[in-house]
Amino acid sequence: MKTLREKEKLIFEISKKGKSGIDIKFTVEEKDFEGDYSRKGEIGLPQVSEVEVVRHFTRLSKMNYGVDDGFYPLGSCTMKHNPKMNEKIASMEGFLHSHPMFSYNLVQGSLKAMKVLQDYLCEITGMDFCSLQPAAGAHGELTGMMMIRKYHEKKGDPRKYVLIPDSAHGTNPATSTFAGYSVIEIKSDKNGCVDVEALKEMINEEVAALMITNPNTLGVFEKNIKEIAGILHSKGALLYMDGANMNALMGVVKPGEMGVDVMHLNIHKTFSTPHGGGGPGSGPVCFKSHLAPYQPVPVVEGDDEKGYTMNWNLPDSIGKVHGFYGNFLVTLKALAYIMALGGNGLKQTTFDAVLNANYIREKLKDTYNLPFESETLHEVVFNDKNQEEYGVTTLDIAKRLIDYGIHPPTIYFPLIVRGAIMIEPTESESREEIDYFIEIMKKIDKEAKENPEILKQAPHYTPVRRLDETLAARKPVLRWKGENND
Amino acid sequence: MSRFLPLSDEEREQMLKEIGREDLFSPIPKDLRLKEDLKIRSHSEKEVLYFFNNLASMNKNLTSFAGAGVYHHFIPSAVDYLSTREEFLTAYTPYQPEISQGTLQTIFEYQTMMCNILGMEVSNASMYDGATSLAESILMAKRIVKKKNTVAISKGVHPHYLKVVKTYLKNLGINIVEVGLKDYVTDIDQLKKRLSENSDIFAFAVGYPNFYGSVEDLKEIVPVVKEYDKKAIVITSTTEPLSFGIIAPPGDFGVEIACGEAQSFGNYPGFGGPLLGFLATTEKFVRQMPGRVAGQTVDLDGKTGYVLTLSAREQHIKRERATSNICSNQGWCMLRATIYLSLLGENGYKKLAKLNYSLSEYAKEKIGKTKHFKVVNTKPTFNEFTVQTDVDFLSFRAMCEENGVFPGVHLAKFGLDKDKFILTCTEVITPEDIDKLVNLMESAK
Amino acid sequence: MYPKDYRYTEDHEWIKVEGNIGTVGITDYAQKQLGDIVYVELPEVDDEFEKGEEVATVESVKAASPVMIPVSGKVVEINEDLEDSPELVNQDPHGKGWFFKVELSDPSELDDLMTAEQYEEYIKSEGE
Repeated sequence: MKTLREKEKLIFEISKKGKSGIDIKFTVEEKDFEGDYSRKGEIGLPQVSEVEVVRHFTRLSKMNYGVDDGFYPLGSCTMKHNPKMNEKIASMEGFLHSHPMFSYNLVQGSLKAMKVLQDYLCEITGMDFCSLQPAAGAHGELTGMMMIRKYHEKKGDPRKYVLIPDSAHGTNPATSTFAGYSVIEIKSDKNGCVDVEALKEMINEEVAALMITNPNTLGVFEKNIKEIAGILHSKGALLYMDGANMNALMGVVKPGEMGVDVMHLNIHKTFSTPHGGGGPGSGPVCFKSHLAPYQPVPVVEGDDEKGYTMNWNLPDSIGKVHGFYGNFLVTLKALAYIMALGGNGLKQTTFDAVLNANYIREKLKDTYNLPFESETLHEVVFNDKNQEEYGVTTLDIAKRLIDYGIHPPTIYFPLIVRGAIMIEPTESESREEIDYFIEIMKKIDKEAKENPEILKQAPHYTPVRRLDETLAARKPVLRWKGENND
Repeated sequence: MSRFLPLSDEEREQMLKEIGREDLFSPIPKDLRLKEDLKIRSHSEKEVLYFFNNLASMNKNLTSFAGAGVYHHFIPSAVDYLSTREEFLTAYTPYQPEISQGTLQTIFEYQTMMCNILGMEVSNASMYDGATSLAESILMAKRIVKKKNTVAISKGVHPHYLKVVKTYLKNLGINIVEVGLKDYVTDIDQLKKRLSENSDIFAFAVGYPNFYGSVEDLKEIVPVVKEYDKKAIVITSTTEPLSFGIIAPPGDFGVEIACGEAQSFGNYPGFGGPLLGFLATTEKFVRQMPGRVAGQTVDLDGKTGYVLTLSAREQHIKRERATSNICSNQGWCMLRATIYLSLLGENGYKKLAKLNYSLSEYAKEKIGKTKHFKVVNTKPTFNEFTVQTDVDFLSFRAMCEENGVFPGVHLAKFGLDKDKFILTCTEVITPEDIDKLVNLMESAK
Repeated sequence: MYPKDYRYTEDHEWIKVEGNIGTVGITDYAQKQLGDIVYVELPEVDDEFEKGEEVATVESVKAASPVMIPVSGKVVEINEDLEDSPELVNQDPHGKGWFFKVELSDPSELDDLMTAEQYEEYIKSEGE
């Protein structure tokens, strides 16, 4: 149940001198750190007992909504069920206390897990190799784009531009800039797909790559992907695929067979690892053999017979992208998930995700406007055009959903759709839950006509109501400065 | 195979019929679709757990003196217990603040704690790890000091961090000048020389404490850099922020960006991830800071609440002009750090730091008396230091491992000296463990 | 609404020229499109720009838009009040919400800009 308290004070506000939530026993003679560099005075950490810490964070948790609480149709985020065995596995002592700088003979289990997962991800994507080092999707993108850069540089043909569809995630253009490229935006055609004719006009020998999301952020499969790859390859450019929407493809197609040279996966989306309120994710990068020399070091190698090891000696590697080897404990959960489902289970997962999305689309298309009519896979994008005349916006609809115990969909994205409402139900929802969502969406539309004010004031039952984001940004208060903070 | 799938076959059929679609995958051209099933076998939960139990037991966890960027610390049960509450663990990024106050208030508390620990004014909500956090800090400094293009980096920065920085900067046309060490801290004369030779330097990055365990002389370094160019920025990179329980924090010396790794705060070594990159700065530079940040505000009724703010810096708004491409961060690791630091509190944090230091000093003293091993640091150290030996390190390490002890991290693992290793003593080590290691040292040949 | 003695750009900046110093800001139309402005990133005094170059950024909660310089020249003064009160851009876009002053290096560039009438026509067509 949600917290019964009106307000949870900051942990600093309940602090009283002399308390602590931990007992530390000195096992050795105490030494003082002296001299110029010794810390002096109060640091400003709270002083509370274990009881107060437990109550504080328990009550805070009750102001949150997780995927275990219910429907979470955030488009492009794939908020699927997080299997509970995952957590058990990632907290096995043998993995938790495994130090990244231990000798290889002490970490055979960790190395084997990485190798097995890499092989599975290659099987799923149809790519030749995989590196687990990137810590998140955007980090995977950066790794992939840096490999593309190195590939061209090694051929003595460094290039300048990356083409990115206007429907892409913001990370794609940001990543390209970080990899040292200039971005050229490609407009979507009337179906919301990459405009092949426009591509033909824009492509030249200064273009390093196209970053494509397939299916794209509208949920539309880029049918021409093979042709697109052909156009790029004919000019020596490569095709990068953002695998954020892999939940629509597993077991049905392999990007590696569609001309994709390099891609990343979002473990925290497609492969069921919890999002943790912002992370950690994991963004393995999978690539074809022509990019293998440029992959980040170290590379996990070996088998049960020879044992497992790490290869640091890759002269053309882009280098290291993570302090150690990526979000290892997160990748264990993905491995467990893949093993549990197997190939057929993954395919059924894809099927159910696509079925749920299309079912919602069909049931709501007469109530909410569909800005693009193209057939979609695992997600569907509506907008607020039909509700506009009542003065109700996408934001109001989203906030009203909260009153009915449903997490809002992704809103105002993709940017090419005005007032976008992007719904991705995933395979984790029962028919009952999906029908409930449909019923509520229809009810909200009715409310928009009859009582728009109730939407504009929503949500009504949350620990706080709509917050003043303008004030937060104009006069940033980013830490607690003492009793007179507010 | 279907335990994660709540639709029954009958429901699937009905739903398909209702939407009038015979081929659900009709948007995908037939010639692209797979002809064969994926070659991955399905497993029952029991089988999966059996597989992972086996893997976990293939890992050997010894009495460990390993550190060098990732640390073994004792983690109170409440950290595991509270952080695995589903409301925290299974929630998305808090883009809907009305139903994410738990995460948002935690971020605000974390930001406050990190600012206080580091002596800084603003902290973000986390980066991937200490290495990427340093790379992002350098890029941030570059945005602040627009017209220059070279960063000076002390060789006392963690070597993996330096590698990651090189990877990140290589494509952006930013030059790196390395500044060497003397007695295992930054050679100030060399720093002065590098600065005098090059007018293009926008920042200097230094380990604090550095990779070899030594406390760098910030009191001297910061003025040297500021005299060179008052706009140039000093960045500290810290792998073990528990040290600031007894060592003066970077903010005390006018450091403008303090970044590093906070895995030590309530997160397990976990074979190197997930970790917790931190990045803190001054209010003046907040708009150039990468990553998410939570701020305090009020709701319609005037009630205090928290939101993600200053979002216009980020990729989902600024796209190719964003301060960083980071989106997912290490939010859950940050939550664990906040719970951990709440439990430790003012006194626990200081006391634990002192215990780490005292154990390490005990070990230094004992090792100093051995025949074949010596501590090379001359400046103060916190809970780790560098040891040199004239015996073959690999045979020594093998002997230790046979005796259930991992003696420390070999510098050769980083492509550095073969005769040296970094030895770390946290509170999980007892004086008896140290005695045992010293005995092994005594018996090494 | 739009002062007659100002000149306007297609990117919705205005410039008012006195002698060889131009004062630059964004138009009322632009501030309405952006919504509540939370921050303005200004250039530094003495920075030099070519006409059409990005010179400042204006941020609302959900957007960040570049501001282009209408004429080439050197920045001689910035509106420091915007640092604490970015809302001035919303409240008085053509007055107290000015961004910076520029010393014109080529006054003939002004001829390429729109007059108030032309600009009003322009935003009417853009709104459609």
